[in-house]
Amino acid sequence: MPKDFEAKTTGIGAPMKRREDIRFLTGRGVYTDDIKLAGQTYAVIVRSQVAHGRIKAIRTEAAAAMEGVLAIFTGEDFKDVGGNPAGWLIKSRNGEPMREPKRPVLAHGKVRHVGDAYAAVIAETYEQGRAAAQQLADDTDIEELPAIIDMKAAAADATNRVHDEIPDNLCYDWGWIEDNRAAVEEVFARAPHVTTLELVNNRLIPNAMEPRASIGEYFPGTGDYKLTTTSQNPHLTRLLVAAFVLGIPENKLTVVAPDVGGGFGSKIYHYGEEALVLAAAKRLGRPVRWTAERSESFLSDAHGRDHVTKIELACEKDGTFLAFRTETFANVGAYLSNFATVTPTFLHGTLMAGPYKVPHVYVNVKTVFTNTAPVDAYRGAGRPEATFSLERVVDQMCRELGLDAFEVRRKNFLTPDMFPYTTPVGLVYDTGNYQATLDKVIEMADVAGFESRRAASAAKGLLRGLGLSTWIEACGIAPSHLVGILGARVGLYDAATVRVNATGNISIMVGAHSHGQGHETVFAQVAADRLGVPESSIEIVHGDTSKIPFGMGSYGSRSLAVCGVAMTKAIDKIIAKGKKIAAHMLEASEADITFEAGKFAVAGTDKAKTFGEIAFSAYVPHNYPLETLEPGLEETAFYDPANFTYPAGAYLCEAEVDPETGKVTIEAFHCADDFGNVMNPMIVEGQVHGGVGQGIGQALLESTTYDETGQLLTGSYMDYAMPRASDVPFYNVDYSCQTPCTHNPLGVKGCGEAGAIGSPPAVVNAVIDALHRGGHTHIKHIDMPVSPQRVWAAING
Amino acid sequence: MKVSLTVNGKPMSGEVEGRTLLSTFLRETLSLTGTHIGCDTSQCGACTVHVDGAQVKSCTVFALDVQGSSVTTIEGMANTDGSLGRIQQAFQDHHGLQCGFCTPGMVMASAALLAVNPTPTEAEVRHHLEGNICRCTGYHNIVKAVMAASDAIPAE
Repeated sequence: MPKDFEAKTTGIGAPMKRREDIRFLTGRGVYTDDIKLAGQTYAVIVRSQVAHGRIKAIRTEAAAAMEGVLAIFTGEDFKDVGGNPAGWLIKSRNGEPMREPKRPVLAHGKVRHVGDAYAAVIAETYEQGRAAAQQLADDTDIEELPAIIDMKAAAADATNRVHDEIPDNLCYDWGWIEDNRAAVEEVFARAPHVTTLELVNNRLIPNAMEPRASIGEYFPGTGDYKLTTTSQNPHLTRLLVAAFVLGIPENKLTVVAPDVGGGFGSKIYHYGEEALVLAAAKRLGRPVRWTAERSESFLSDAHGRDHVTKIELACEKDGTFLAFRTETFANVGAYLSNFATVTPTFLHGTLMAGPYKVPHVYVNVKTVFTNTAPVDAYRGAGRPEATFSLERVVDQMCRELGLDAFEVRRKNFLTPDMFPYTTPVGLVYDTGNYQATLDKVIEMADVAGFESRRAASAAKGLLRGLGLSTWIEACGIAPSHLVGILGARVGLYDAATVRVNATGNISIMVGAHSHGQGHETVFAQVAADRLGVPESSIEIVHGDTSKIPFGMGSYGSRSLAVCGVAMTKAIDKIIAKGKKIAAHMLEASEADITFEAGKFAVAGTDKAKTFGEIAFSAYVPHNYPLETLEPGLEETAFYDPANFTYPAGAYLCEAEVDPETGKVTIEAFHCADDFGNVMNPMIVEGQVHGGVGQGIGQALLESTTYDETGQLLTGSYMDYAMPRASDVPFYNVDYSCQTPCTHNPLGVKGCGEAGAIGSPPAVVNAVIDALHRGGHTHIKHIDMPVSPQRVWAAING
Repeated sequence: MKVSLTVNGKPMSGEVEGRTLLSTFLRETLSLTGTHIGCDTSQCGACTVHVDGAQVKSCTVFALDVQGSSVTTIEGMANTDGSLGRIQQAFQDHHGLQCGFCTPGMVMASAALLAVNPTPTEAEVRHHLEGNICRCTGYHNIVKAVMAASDAIPAE
């Protein structure tokens, strides 16, 4: 950690230890499954064992008669309520709206992937529910249909359909920007050099360590519902359940997301189990709880990535970029999860210019239904796919033309004087300094000393390589006006309420949700800094729709850049009101009141009131301007960002390949990031570590494999290779290159997804570099995960 | 059937079925919900506890198997005055946790390592924690925390 950060002990920029750690380290965290309720019952879901089939009969009698069984639900029970909607409406190139099949609470008529929920048992105990669920599965007749697994085959086959009403299994065929297509084709036709790569961005299973869980309650006396659930955004879940699925009035439904054990995107979305436990709680008049087994999580959590892309780069012989063009098939799975349609389009295509001054870009994405679990946003969401395509094809071009990968990037970077810069794919980058992060990472990685390290590896019979990735992303999601034009069904502002209590301590209710990010600490740091009061007097409240004003939750690296700004705006209102109160109490003009270090003072005098005195006066208004000012000290602010934020950075991976076994070892991983201003460097570093760990997992280990019948072959931790402690190195992280965001008052850009975006191409580039340096120059590319088997096969191919 | 044992130094007992796992018994019967369940194949390590001093994934043991044993869970790792124990404090100091779900298992596994190897190398720490999965931290700060809690000279 840079010294100037280490020195700070309080407020913005201090590496403050996390207050939430105390409960997590002592076993006192309260996750959904830890909550026990009087009279609770257990839901067990019955899931399809085939990838594609028509439900012929579900005979419920035997299961219903079993001991402890209280109720059985099937798709029939929910056929008249709404479906779980897609959050974004995307238009195809020909102007047609995307196809949006209904996503029911429980499958009705057909099952469409292994793990598709088609029935549920509610029982007195979990064991009784499980036994009855097994009986119900035995008593269900499903006519198996041919599974549609391969994306390109699905799009080519007009007879076999995931959804009967969608003839070509295509959700949409999107062009970005379609009007630029002809111009881009023209550039390619006359380009001095064109590099082409075919890439697979492997499907990943997010695997938050806490499995999804939900508890439904119904209070017949008032007609109120309560859903306690593993969510990254309780208000969004409330909106979806209320307005789209069950039709419960929004003001009769409380959604609570207590401690949540990781999300990475997979807990953004509303899932059918949440509606099920609410409906069952109402029918039974008792709480209904459900917790996923890990096997269910593998089968039914929204997966991530799963693109097949052809990318072309047109350039001059000296490596100057002329154009990028991509054609991507994106697997959306069997149903549209809430963010599924925006992830491969506006979170992917709009980043396809990277940090480069490339004049022409055209992106085509065909999003395809298959008989697999739904695919949606997973840490980075579209931006890792864009970065991987760009950074792999740039390296390949350098190899083809014999150019230096560092210099080619430097030559093509946007320069600091070019901002604000409108890209050919529709974004306006506000600020950045890509040369600075590249210089920094070269220094951090001791690139000058690489040759001697390579020679040392070679002496051991090992191949060492260096892989670069210079990435950019758009986060701080998102300006509502813009996303509305792009098809979003919601706004993406956020909100906060600052409640100063009579005794002077402060509760801040924020719409952001912390499921590992440390908001309870960082938001308090920012607030304390602005108010000049100790952090310990501030409590951050999140995750409960009955307490917080509103909010769109946490994803897209948006918590501080959007909700944090809402909080500072609410604090500014508190300070403004405090000045009015102080002016009255100090018998001065409001214009003469200053606020600094927690004190309201009359400028140029020693007359002052502390923050606590002003708070007390607001609630005990004996000496107070009641004619012109309401008592109380509580303010709410909503904030809608003017633009995305654009973190960027340069990552360097140094990897060693054992040519005998194909095993890749990450010897060093260096990250030079520009996150703008940093609020808590300890937490920023932790976010980068976690993101890079997941990126290394994608690059080397994680493979989601369905067989041709649609069975998930990687459905447990025995088969799905999660990164373990021994698979990863220490990471070398720096964030001293800072170009603060120009359009939010904190100057923050967001750091949550960076590591997962920038790291996979750095790893793969390092492996390919090592192989080439080792003389295996016939190897153009190896698909992720770059497993020993694949590397060995490439070497010996 | 009744199982009686010592948990975090206190005698406890409860009714169980033959198939009841120790993890379920701790969470459901004794309401010690700090022990987490993150998988169903004994891979993730979130349910790690100590049984008579040995590191055990509590989802691999029947409650009846620990009849008369002494079990330590995350709830028993703080100092007697309630302050964080040495390993817990190192996890906080080094930001060795984010969402907190794997954390109890990580602390219990680390404690078991340091009990037998007070001066582990970085590689030994990483090897020992292979049975505990964390999705948040990329392991960097977990390894740093364990090294800091050990008597070994810090790796960085």
